[in-house]
Amino acid sequence: MPPTLVLFPGALNSEFTNTLSFLRPSKSKDAIPTYRCLNQYGEIIDKSVGADTTDQEALELYKNMVTLSIMDLLMFEAQRQGRLSFYMVSAGEEGISIGSASALHPSDVVFTQYRESGVYLQRGFTLTQFMNQLFANSSDNGLGRNMPVHYGSKELNIHTISSTLATQIPHAAGAAYALKLQNSGVVGRIGSPSASADEKEVERVAVCFFGEGAASEGDFHSALNIAATRQVPCIFICRNNGYAISTPTSDQYRGDGIAARGAGYGIDTLRVDGNDIFAVRRAVKQARRLALEDGGRPVLVECMAYRVGHHSTSDDSFAYRQKIEVEDWKRRDNPLTRLRKWMEGRGLWDDAKEKELRSSTRKEVLKAFETAEKQKKPNIKNAFTDVWEHVTEEQRAHMAEMADILQRYPKEYDLDGYEGGAKGLEELLQKK
Amino acid sequence: MAAKTPSMRSLSRYLLRPQASLHPRCHAKPHSKPYSAAAAGARLNVPLEYDSTPLLHHTSKSALANPELPEHIRKGQTKRINLYTAVNEALRHALQTDERVLVFGEDIQFGGVFRCTMNLAADFGTDRVFNTPLSEQGLVGFAIGAAAEGMRPVAEVQFADYVFPAFDQIHNEAAKYRYRSGSTGVHCGGLTIRMPCGSVGHGALYHTQSPEALFTHTPGLRVVVPRSPVQAKGLLLSSIRCADPVIFMEPKILYRAAVEQVPVDAYHLPLDKAEVLKTGSDVTIVSYGTPLYTCSAAIAAAEKDFGCSVELIDLRTIYPWDRETVLNSVRKTGRAIVVHESMMNAGVGAEVAATIQEQAFLRLEAPVKRVAGWATHTGLVFEKIIIPDVTRVYDAIKKTIDY
Repeated sequence: MPPTLVLFPGALNSEFTNTLSFLRPSKSKDAIPTYRCLNQYGEIIDKSVGADTTDQEALELYKNMVTLSIMDLLMFEAQRQGRLSFYMVSAGEEGISIGSASALHPSDVVFTQYRESGVYLQRGFTLTQFMNQLFANSSDNGLGRNMPVHYGSKELNIHTISSTLATQIPHAAGAAYALKLQNSGVVGRIGSPSASADEKEVERVAVCFFGEGAASEGDFHSALNIAATRQVPCIFICRNNGYAISTPTSDQYRGDGIAARGAGYGIDTLRVDGNDIFAVRRAVKQARRLALEDGGRPVLVECMAYRVGHHSTSDDSFAYRQKIEVEDWKRRDNPLTRLRKWMEGRGLWDDAKEKELRSSTRKEVLKAFETAEKQKKPNIKNAFTDVWEHVTEEQRAHMAEMADILQRYPKEYDLDGYEGGAKGLEELLQKK
Repeated sequence: MAAKTPSMRSLSRYLLRPQASLHPRCHAKPHSKPYSAAAAGARLNVPLEYDSTPLLHHTSKSALANPELPEHIRKGQTKRINLYTAVNEALRHALQTDERVLVFGEDIQFGGVFRCTMNLAADFGTDRVFNTPLSEQGLVGFAIGAAAEGMRPVAEVQFADYVFPAFDQIHNEAAKYRYRSGSTGVHCGGLTIRMPCGSVGHGALYHTQSPEALFTHTPGLRVVVPRSPVQAKGLLLSSIRCADPVIFMEPKILYRAAVEQVPVDAYHLPLDKAEVLKTGSDVTIVSYGTPLYTCSAAIAAAEKDFGCSVELIDLRTIYPWDRETVLNSVRKTGRAIVVHESMMNAGVGAEVAATIQEQAFLRLEAPVKRVAGWATHTGLVFEKIIIPDVTRVYDAIKKTIDY
């Protein structure tokens, strides 16, 4: 007898069965495979596919990964010395952010969590822009309001980072829906007026980065579900680095990582080796194609990694993991060494070039560092603007009260380091 | 790779010489300062002196003189500990004495990001003290369910700024459980939700907030903010024992800064009594948590400069709050100031001021003054002009007295 399809509206492709058999994923040893192009010795596994990257592109990717890691080392140390209040490094995850960003179109809209500085770097955020934000100076486009590493860039189509976890994931789904309507012409293209004619023709996707810890938040689940039901062109990129601050993945979930959840929401999914930048690039390129097929659909890419650094400068990870575990990982594999081995194998790279790159990059970072640190802080009026579109009457009263305090107690406040000094509020109060 | 990576030491050589310029030709000194520093000529806005503040018990004798402590505690021993250790001791005592008590939250198993749960998982086992997945909504809802089935869960939300995914669970579930269950009698009263709150100087938008007013606007919850280690230990133990769900907000700057002599044994402090920390005759200041230290410093300066006498009250429990103590004080002084970190509009100060206006109107010599966070978010480099400081409280005392 042929199998009978059920007619229940909630599971239309199901067949009736008379076998009582629970799905028991915890009893299964099968796991979703992890895609890679390069083995850990930097050798191409499938010669017919190759690296899918030109030598020039590979050199640029490597340069950006080195820049990110040097900036991280310096800024982590700078925080330790009290030069800035906070920092977060990307160690071990440089390939994910830089590789995936390199596979996107510049006009694609990106939402990040907080460990994706590489996306900014790859898209053209300059060292000066990084340093301006980190030192919250008057050139910081966040106007000194955010904690360090909470970058944002309208020009680069990356939304400003929030410290809250996973809140960006449903935003990405909604943004992707906005792009879907604009891609299909239901709504005219809304976007940066500076975009070239060529860029205006390009269909866009939204891209969302998050960690495996954030994927436990309700926002993740709601985001994937609504993205699937609205069939939005969104690439969800999970950085599964093994730890959410101290919490290991064994306390975070019991399924087969984050990738296993994609199927549950009816979303095309791939798991990738995050230490293999070529694999990340190929995966995201393909994800982008899929995301734009048939008007749009969400895609989930889980990039596997190991968080080599502490969670942030506020964390000492040796309180919850063995130093040897970290040292082993550093020795075994990481995205920089993997790519470097490949470049050396092709005769593109050697010790002399490495030394030169690191030395010149270090100088560039320090130059940007020094200039940004010296610069004044933003005008104190920025404390009150942009809460609402216009300053409210109550805010005016508050500003007047504070301006009065600043005027009567000048010695109690050192605002010389701010543009406009203690007079900043008065400027705004005088404006009608 | 390791050998080829420039050593941390060589990389940081430049950074270790803060005055050194990268370019030998350029001798300009960086004019930015470390991210939190007092103004050079400041007299009022100077760092708070926790070592000598009268708000902390620096001697065992002073700690044991507290009339709220039971007799046997007052005859016992004390030990000098900070606030996170006091929280840890309360949790330890609760776990030891009540098998229904559970302690869980994000990253708590290794001790928590503020060290409040140090060694508890090792000593009580991970059946009772455990990490949850990263979901405030999930872990708070989980706590409500456990409480509704008779357990006494103490759930930790890592920062008060991150409680909002759980807001539905707190506001619509925890707070309404007893009421909607009617005569079935089911409730989630064994629930305590702990969260670090408040400003530390560089927390910006998402590591600074004090959302207590949002919870006091929810019938069915108790909201507690301890000011010190002694208070934290006694109030947390009362919260865990309490048959209403309790939001227990710990000012995170005090975790390490506030150190005092704390009774070694367990004790409970009342969840509906404010405490008069200093008596005075001319003006009453009502506050809670960290700003109490700001107020205390401002009072010292104002009493010296103006020859006035200021009464300082710690609300301790923000709901239900002790109206009687506050009103009795204002009836005596005729003037009141309310101080809190969170935004002024619809904050706790509005409620306290309205109550004073309703019930002590004829005794008032001046309008009730609110010193609170301004109507904005706490931008990173602007925190010092947004969060109430000693100068603003000092000036409020002056204006209220001169009115």
